[in-house]
Amino acid sequence: MIEFPILTMLVLVPVIGSVLVALISKRYPDLVKVTALVTSVLTAGMSIWLLAAFKTNNADFQFASQHEWIKAWGISWHLGVDGISIFLVVLTGVLFPLVIVGIDPHHDHKRYLSWMLLLEAGVMGSFISLDLFLFFVFFEIVLVPMYFLIGGWGYDNRVYAATKFFLFTMIGSAFMLVGIIATAVLAKADNGHVTFDLIKIAENASFAASTGRWLFFAFAIAFAVKVPLFPLHTWLPDAHTQAPTGGSVILAGVLLKMGTYGLLRFGVFLFPEAAVWARPLFLTLAVAGIIWGAIAATMQTDLKRLVAYSSVAHLGFIVLGTFALTATAITGGVMQMVNHGISTGALFILVGMIYDRRHTREISKLRGLQKVAPIFAAVFTVVMLSSIGVPGLNGFVGEFMVLIGSFGTARWWVVVATTGVILAALYLLWAYQRVFHGEPDEDNKSFAELKWKEGMLLLPFIGLIVFCGLYPKPMIDRIQPSVDKLLQHVSQHSDFKVPAPAEPVISNGGEG
Amino acid sequence: MLDVVWLIPALPLAGFLCILLFGRKLGDPKAGYFATAMVAGSFVVTLGVFFDLLSKTAEERHHVKTLFQWVPLGSAHIDLAFLADPLSITMCLFVTGIGSLIHLYAIGYMHGDPRFSKFFLYLNLFAFSMLMLVLGSNMLVTFLGWEGVGTCSYFLISFWHEKDSAATAGKKAFVTNRVGDWGFMMAMFFAFWAVGSLDYSAINGAAASLSVTTATAIALFAFIGACGKSAQLPLYLWLPDAMEGPTPVSALIHAATMVTAGVYLMCRISPILNVASSYAPTIIAIVGAATALYAACVAVAQNDIKKVLAYSTVSQLGYMFLAVGSGAYTAAIFHMVTHAFFKALLFLGAGSVIHGMHHEQDMRRMGALRKLMPITAATFIIGWLAIAGVPPFAGFWSKDDILLAAYDKNIVLWVVGLVTALLTAFYMTRQVIMVFYGEARWHDAHEEHGAAGDLGVSAHGDLEPHESPWMMVTPLVVLAGLSIVGGGLNLPFKESTERLALWLEPVVGVHTSTTAKLPLALVAIAVGLVGIAGAYAVYYFKKVKPVEPKILADAWGYDRAVSAFMGGPGRKAFDGVAWADAHLIDGAVNGSGELVRGAAGQVRKLQTGNVRNYAAAIGASVVLLLVWFVVIRGLL
Repeated sequence: MIEFPILTMLVLVPVIGSVLVALISKRYPDLVKVTALVTSVLTAGMSIWLLAAFKTNNADFQFASQHEWIKAWGISWHLGVDGISIFLVVLTGVLFPLVIVGIDPHHDHKRYLSWMLLLEAGVMGSFISLDLFLFFVFFEIVLVPMYFLIGGWGYDNRVYAATKFFLFTMIGSAFMLVGIIATAVLAKADNGHVTFDLIKIAENASFAASTGRWLFFAFAIAFAVKVPLFPLHTWLPDAHTQAPTGGSVILAGVLLKMGTYGLLRFGVFLFPEAAVWARPLFLTLAVAGIIWGAIAATMQTDLKRLVAYSSVAHLGFIVLGTFALTATAITGGVMQMVNHGISTGALFILVGMIYDRRHTREISKLRGLQKVAPIFAAVFTVVMLSSIGVPGLNGFVGEFMVLIGSFGTARWWVVVATTGVILAALYLLWAYQRVFHGEPDEDNKSFAELKWKEGMLLLPFIGLIVFCGLYPKPMIDRIQPSVDKLLQHVSQHSDFKVPAPAEPVISNGGEG
Repeated sequence: MLDVVWLIPALPLAGFLCILLFGRKLGDPKAGYFATAMVAGSFVVTLGVFFDLLSKTAEERHHVKTLFQWVPLGSAHIDLAFLADPLSITMCLFVTGIGSLIHLYAIGYMHGDPRFSKFFLYLNLFAFSMLMLVLGSNMLVTFLGWEGVGTCSYFLISFWHEKDSAATAGKKAFVTNRVGDWGFMMAMFFAFWAVGSLDYSAINGAAASLSVTTATAIALFAFIGACGKSAQLPLYLWLPDAMEGPTPVSALIHAATMVTAGVYLMCRISPILNVASSYAPTIIAIVGAATALYAACVAVAQNDIKKVLAYSTVSQLGYMFLAVGSGAYTAAIFHMVTHAFFKALLFLGAGSVIHGMHHEQDMRRMGALRKLMPITAATFIIGWLAIAGVPPFAGFWSKDDILLAAYDKNIVLWVVGLVTALLTAFYMTRQVIMVFYGEARWHDAHEEHGAAGDLGVSAHGDLEPHESPWMMVTPLVVLAGLSIVGGGLNLPFKESTERLALWLEPVVGVHTSTTAKLPLALVAIAVGLVGIAGAYAVYYFKKVKPVEPKILADAWGYDRAVSAFMGGPGRKAFDGVAWADAHLIDGAVNGSGELVRGAAGQVRKLQTGNVRNYAAAIGASVVLLLVWFVVIRGLL
């Protein structure tokens, strides 16, 4: 019996959905919506099933499937998930139906939904590709729907933002394309034949140090733009602010993670020696991003821009953890990828709701909302506290693991990065005070309370925020083995020795 | 019984969840009674655990109850686990005990507030967080509580969030506390990499084998955290502003419980402090003594009934750190407990006065209230005697322990402690006289105010102060009783009467002193009486003109200087970053975009479509290439 090709289906179902939505006549708007809903829910269901069937304490790629594609060049349809990608796959699977059902694009539903589903396929594919060429194809596919989503359903300055987003990422990708081809060609000597297979190259290739570093940088630039890493971040605030709410949620929730994920999978894994060599640079840029993003966020006058800059800061923590190269730090970084997707996604949804009611995102025009909409304010508060990183909520776990894990290998960077925790409280609470506290003026008096439908959309987010904060163990147990394996790979292929904290002395009192 | 230690925080958590779901249905006052019952239940459980511990030998008074693995960190893992030992249970006893009294009080105080049930929602969440803080068996669970109490403090300070000052004060408290949290996190990171665990038993057990540098780093970073939470210099700024919150909040969070968390933390990791470099405890003692004196001076010139108490709290917390720095952990805990009794009493008394005066807080508009509010006045006076260091009230004994330790550490610290004691007696006497004695000043004050629309004022505009209802008065009476007898916990006469010291010894060790106690005690009593007499001369008999310099009323101008810095250069720097982001970084991006577009525009002009131009270009190129090959490369 042939095994059900679950990973292939995760990519194919949204593609089919996208094509169907595009083909159905505009005269049946309900059919369009139902098709989009069914395909995205189906994908979500499959991703959750994948999680359930995923073997804990197994570091290998699971559900792998490989089919020859372009034999002459050694390109194959090679998919697989491991601990590092599984939760990103699930997050993608779950986030899309929520966005598709819960957030109204206001016009041209058919085209919007078609692009959305294509976007989902691209993101999914990026997270499960184990072939450099295939990965590149998915990584690039993502640009197109996102470009049209921002340009077609965004706000006033959407064309500028969409173009900037496209060009910025495109230029980064150009480097990566060169890097991919060069890697495959140069690795021929070690593989015996040209192949684009990630695992084969990573395990067999032995690049000269300088070659490896050049190749690493070719990849890293593309990912640094995507993350975005300071100082390549300025496309993000524009893209976020101008994108429709659904686009922002997806952008912050999963798209940026393609960058941090890429750094791990196609940076550290593929070029361990170069990654170790480039550590100081990336650690510094990561910490600079944490501080710079937080300070810039503080001074924003537009609520959505503020959240966008907060992403720059939060993603800095992930890069810090990635290049600290300890098991706890990288695991924390992967946790943070998922948790940031949940809490920032929810923040964008909330900001979108404010815009729908008040038709402005200017902080100075909002005031006293807590008095007129206490439940809305309460939900906002929970999400905000998660973003600030209050322990007990999800935002804390990843951030804490990154910091405590990085302390062993990047002490001074951590000392500075931790001040980002102070700044996070400053920019969010200050914004909250201006928007929610005080007496509401005439314009804000009629601000509507959270509606049932909106509450239903936010409920899964709140649930995940609390659950992942209180019981992160199931996630960590699935992520950590793959991270350990990755670090083993790094220490085998470079002179880097992963440090471990001291062994705890067995305590004499209590049963511990 | 020890195994149900988890119930202690679980009950307030259950209260929080129930009020979250049914708070509006329960309403005023049922939600309040329900919340009070939850904390009282927690007190009962604590009592059970306490007696269970008491029945064991000193060495066995250490029990860890693990609920589940919280954050696995590689081979080490951090559990959600509770530690029941003499220190944590002492803390739990007064947190839940005083907590339930204040919950009860709040039912009366918050009666009629439109967000009544929400208040108790936060209050229960606070009790839960505070209990997590003290019961956590590792630093991370403590940190969970630590941040939790900070968050609740934020909610409760800005409870009346329509008021801008309240909203600002809440934010200020949270952000300032976060500065301290940075230190707490650093301490955790150091401890984790040195010890491989965040469990207190592992950290303290490894203290002897730690390098001095590491121990010093852990101790001092933890102290930064403590400075934030326990309002010490230079991070005390948020506490006076926190008085914007409802008075029960000030009593519970900003006097009795949360602000003592820093002292608790230092006592909890006292073995680390003992092996740290000797300058670490000295720094702590100096910061404590300096804060004590600094805040006591400020309290002398405050006119807001709650502000006096706020600065007094900062000052008393300074005493506790003086004790910690002097190595007298028992004295710190002892003073923490007695302070919780009398300061909660004073705050609740102040709240009762404010309630009775229909939300008037300016002491210059009070006076002669002892006749109208007899119980409040009587209990407040007991609190005053306790804090002023008059024997045999509770404060005398604990303060005396601290002064003794300070004397052993360094005589300068002792003198600073004494001066603080004098000022404390002085400003508290001043407060009692201004509020309860002298002539009634509320009538004219009220006319001057012309606040006719004020709630609780009769149609004629007469303001008649009144005694508070039973649920507010009962806690006052109980706390007054405790303020009288609280000293009995740790009497210095012989070893067996030093009950608290014996009880805490397995956790914090003993502080031995060979100094003769009696002369020091007599000096302290004399100083206290001088302070009281001085205040009587100034404010009661009016023999001496009051000295209340503006600089003290302004708290030495420190707060203003910090605000000016934040609003001035600080803000400019932040603006600079935002500007640089938009113009330099993004400017470079857009600039290169423009450059490409411009260059492309120029290049485009070459595409004229005119064949002669192309032919000319080709011709010129051929010539140039020929020149290159012939002349420069030297072909031919």
